[in-house]
Amino acid sequence: MGSVYSPNSCPNFPTRFHSIALYSVFFRHARVRKYGAELQRCRLDAVPVDLGDYHPLKPITVTDSRSRRGGRKGSTSSSSSSSSSVAPDPLSSMLEGTDPLSLFAAASASETPTLSHSKNEEEVGADFEPWSAKRGEILARFTTTEKLSINLFMGSDKTSSPSSAVSEKVRTRLEELDDLEEGSQRELLNLSQQDYVNRIEELNQSLKEAWSSDQKVKALKIVIQCSKLLSDTSVIQFYPSKFVLITDILDTFGRLVYERIWSMCSDPRPIPDSFSVEDVNDTAKETCLNWFFKIASIRELIPRLYVEAAILKCNRFLNKTGIQETLPRLTAMIRGIGDPLVAVYARAYLCRVGMEVAPHLKDSLNKNFFDLLASFRQIHGDTVQNQLVIQRVEIPVYLTLYSPAIHWILQCVAYRAPDVLLTEMMERCKKLGNNALLLNSVMWAFRPEFVAARATDFIGMIKDCDEAGFPKHLLFGSLGRSLACADPPESERLPILNEAWKVITKVRSPQDYINCAEIWVEFTCRHFTKREVNTVLADIIKHMTPDRAFEDAYPQLQSVMKKILTYFHNFSVLFSMEKFLPFLDMFQKDSVRVEVCKSIMEVFIKHQQEPTRDPVILNALLHVCKTMHDSVNALTVEDEKRSLALLINGFIRMVSFGRDFEQQLSFCVEARATFCNLEPVIIQLIHTVNQLAMETRRVMGGSHSRKTAAFVRACAAYSFITIPSLTSIFSRLHLYLLSGQVALANQCLSQADAFLKAAVSVLPEVPRTISVEGKQRSSEAFLLDFINSFLSTLLVVPDHPEQGVLYLVRGLLNMVQDYTWEDNSDAKVRVYISALPLLAAMSQESYLYTIPKVDSNETLYGGDPKFVAEISRLCETLIGQVLDHLKTLGREEGVRRQGSLAFSLFSTLLAHGDLRNNKLNQLAVNLWNLSHKNGHCDTRTSVSLSPTYTFSYKLLNDFHP
Amino acid sequence: MSVALDLRLKRANKVYHEGEVLAGVVVITSKEAVQHQGISLTMEGLVNLQLSSKSVGVFEAFYNSVKPIQLISSNIEVAKPGKVPGGKTEIPFEFPLQAKGNKMLYETYHGVFVNIQYTLRCDMRRPLLAKDLSKTCEFMLHCQPQKSKVQPTPVDFTITPETLQNVKERTSLPKFVIRGHLDATNCVITQPLTGELVVESSEVAIKSIELQLVRVETCGCAEGYARDATEIQNIQIAEGDVCHGLPIPIYMVFPRLFTCPTLETTNFKVEFEVNVVIVLHDDHLITENFPLKLCRV
Repeated sequence: MGSVYSPNSCPNFPTRFHSIALYSVFFRHARVRKYGAELQRCRLDAVPVDLGDYHPLKPITVTDSRSRRGGRKGSTSSSSSSSSSVAPDPLSSMLEGTDPLSLFAAASASETPTLSHSKNEEEVGADFEPWSAKRGEILARFTTTEKLSINLFMGSDKTSSPSSAVSEKVRTRLEELDDLEEGSQRELLNLSQQDYVNRIEELNQSLKEAWSSDQKVKALKIVIQCSKLLSDTSVIQFYPSKFVLITDILDTFGRLVYERIWSMCSDPRPIPDSFSVEDVNDTAKETCLNWFFKIASIRELIPRLYVEAAILKCNRFLNKTGIQETLPRLTAMIRGIGDPLVAVYARAYLCRVGMEVAPHLKDSLNKNFFDLLASFRQIHGDTVQNQLVIQRVEIPVYLTLYSPAIHWILQCVAYRAPDVLLTEMMERCKKLGNNALLLNSVMWAFRPEFVAARATDFIGMIKDCDEAGFPKHLLFGSLGRSLACADPPESERLPILNEAWKVITKVRSPQDYINCAEIWVEFTCRHFTKREVNTVLADIIKHMTPDRAFEDAYPQLQSVMKKILTYFHNFSVLFSMEKFLPFLDMFQKDSVRVEVCKSIMEVFIKHQQEPTRDPVILNALLHVCKTMHDSVNALTVEDEKRSLALLINGFIRMVSFGRDFEQQLSFCVEARATFCNLEPVIIQLIHTVNQLAMETRRVMGGSHSRKTAAFVRACAAYSFITIPSLTSIFSRLHLYLLSGQVALANQCLSQADAFLKAAVSVLPEVPRTISVEGKQRSSEAFLLDFINSFLSTLLVVPDHPEQGVLYLVRGLLNMVQDYTWEDNSDAKVRVYISALPLLAAMSQESYLYTIPKVDSNETLYGGDPKFVAEISRLCETLIGQVLDHLKTLGREEGVRRQGSLAFSLFSTLLAHGDLRNNKLNQLAVNLWNLSHKNGHCDTRTSVSLSPTYTFSYKLLNDFHP
Repeated sequence: MSVALDLRLKRANKVYHEGEVLAGVVVITSKEAVQHQGISLTMEGLVNLQLSSKSVGVFEAFYNSVKPIQLISSNIEVAKPGKVPGGKTEIPFEFPLQAKGNKMLYETYHGVFVNIQYTLRCDMRRPLLAKDLSKTCEFMLHCQPQKSKVQPTPVDFTITPETLQNVKERTSLPKFVIRGHLDATNCVITQPLTGELVVESSEVAIKSIELQLVRVETCGCAEGYARDATEIQNIQIAEGDVCHGLPIPIYMVFPRLFTCPTLETTNFKVEFEVNVVIVLHDDHLITENFPLKLCRV
């Protein structure tokens, strides 16, 4: 090493570089490297790691130093709403709204020893499904296309009241409450449902406005009118939704009144949420009392009831026992409502307010339920029947209107109630004739465990129900819902399923059938084997196929699929179900079908632990994946494609034929044909095949037999013909490089050569900009990265015997030279600079790394001086190019770039060049000076970059003081 | 006008009893000093009687309106003519509530033909070019609680077609049986009227059941008596065809101001009654009347 050659002595100089090399006057001398010794020197000292130490990746644990707030006293609303790093107590966050009252209730309970409830019994916990959850469901479920009307004229009923001649002059203020401002009486007819909802919302707004502009009487009038709408049962199908809308207004009103009175008490300073009657001043009490007197004089029963219920909470301002006394009275008052539907919703509202304000007062909840039972026969009374005939509503439809209210009442009643009470309630329901409606709600609202334990009884009761009334499939649906959450006794399970399915299978309407069946699938999957599930699926297919009924039931069918997938994670069991694939075939709408396939694949990827070769699974999943793949068309969005590809890739990764590599390869061939439209899948396949080749190598311990050698060549051939089909240029480049490396590792030299050559030939096609996440970016950085990694591979690639020395390196450099780089870019020169270390490494006696069983150039040339000279010439040419470029930069406005390029060349020379050579030394010094000339290079950072530099820096100074 | 005159009573609910002291402050708010020619306070309790044109002829009613009866009256001068400084000035006052002579202070009552009202008025006389200011406020008088214990005297009632009076064609009436009871007809005015009502059977669906509170006012004058019954309020306790056999609560709060303990004096009487009104779907109207005696305890 280190000998000087004249340029002429190099026989194989590439023609193109020849012309450039003319003015290169420096000889490039590679520093001799002893890689082993350097490695020893550079290795970091091993430091024992103390496990207890701080580690940046260790999860941060925050210790809560705050003392626990005792029983949430004080102002809870402010303290619990502040978001702290500590996980919030779910109970307190749930109770944000109701807490002050339950606190009050607790306070009153502790003062009156007769009410000795334990505290947790009085509160509504997270396990209580709040009204807000039901709201949306009701609004979505009870809709109508009929025309609605709002009657805002309240005074017209005067004629029916036998009032004596009362002159206009003495009309009292109380009576005035009954009608809104003179002239604004109006009846809005022919409203569509949406109009109606908007109207109600307007009323809600005008209530708030009236309140804020201090028109309290007007606000009250609005509320009275709204609640009066609840006594109107025309367009009865819409009643539940109407109830929801109007009770929203009542809630608003109740809140406004409460807040107003509360603020009156907090004149000097705010009173605590847990205030007692003594804290309330006289003015506030008087105002509160006024409200109650006003409401007590409302003429009509229903508005009076609702409005008083709405401000129930305000009783706290007047006396301790107010709520306790009012609730039973209001409960009894509901008996005066003749229409059973109106009455049951009034009860639901009262229960709701009661649960919010005083959850410990269970008695009135129970009373409500018992009153409901007592007046249950009203539902089948003549008045109701006549109304239904007029409105042309059928009994089953009518009965379902009751469900939300009865569900709610029972939910309140059953909440943390002892089993004894629940049993009693059930017994009472049993005694009533035609109790299907109640039975349904009982199953819906009582604890699933309670229902599950008595499932057989319930089935008996359901059977006894009258066919004409409440639809039986709904009953079984409710039962199924409970059984999905709680388990009935082991021995009863099969009889339950048999009994239930006997009824379900008889349901005629496909829609009703599937709604019910969907629920029971969960129970079946949970407790039984594939045999029973298969039977159920067969039954579903039988019901849903005629007249293509499945077309209207995709959501339910999807849910069935979801439930099966939740319980069956073993795919060989799943696919061995005879009816599973036929069931899958029912999803014939493309979008739904793909959706279902995706959910199957998601579950597969999530739960399949080990690679599989089971032909049943493979066939079925290949079919599923093909369905997903075939859904891709020109209109498919990128994200969708990506997610599909991700799922298919997950599948491909899970396929393994163990030692049967050829089978695996043929699977990949098949997969390539199947998934040709999804590029990421193709990429994955290439990776899989490369992996397969490497696996073969591992199995053979590095030396291939004839058979395996042929196989790895087949793998290489697979990659080689697959890669060109990719559109992404960088994917192609990287895969060529990777496949080349794999081929090299498997001693397939000509294949490796072909890959690398292909990569080089693709290089000119790289566009200047590529789109990254939808934005156009310059491709330069990516290209530089690729070239660097390509260069490092080239070290070990032996030269082709028929081509010249360093054929690939030259080819690459030629491509780089020809490539149309961006204007004002140093990329080309940077490539040249980074080629220098490669050339330096190539000139070593033994290479930094080699591939076992592959002879690199070190062995081929054996350090032949001609070879080394050839390398030196190439270096000279490159350095010459760089210096030339530096010169042009000096002329233009590129001094900063000049400095940085000069510095990087300098550091490359330092690291890889032999500075004992005078010319090279001089060049390095010049470069150093150049890089610091314009002051763009911070000496300290540049010096402290690496110990090697520091060392060399000293060396330089020694030579040139 | 930058001067504001206000009267504020010490009690938030403005309720006083005979023998107590009506206390409060006159509040004058103004930016600048106010020149005045004296501020005075007048307290007055009056019974206004009016004859209805139904009982007597229109002209008689017009000419023979009965003179108001003064129950209490007093007048004090709060400030002599002078100046009230700018800002907020509060002048406290007190009135003893003692009836004139041998009269007694009746409870505040707002009716149609009888009105018992207590007012407090503040006048500020001002020099030329400025309007006199005046502010009136009403205060409530509650009479002394009754000493003797109230006997609730509950009543049971049954209404059937046979119990009805005033029926033209008894045969055309639908059949019905309605039973019920009132917990008391001697009622404490601060307590609600309570009871229960059961529709045991009814051939025709019920449309509505209401409680009608009626005042019966009697005015005596030289020409004779005028007795008139008018409605105070109507409270619906049942709407629609209610469940048969299930007791429906009767519950009515006596409105303030419009009711007072039953009153009987030499010149006038104020009594109360409640009607249970049942409206059937064919618009038959059945009424059962119960006289009430209200008292305060």
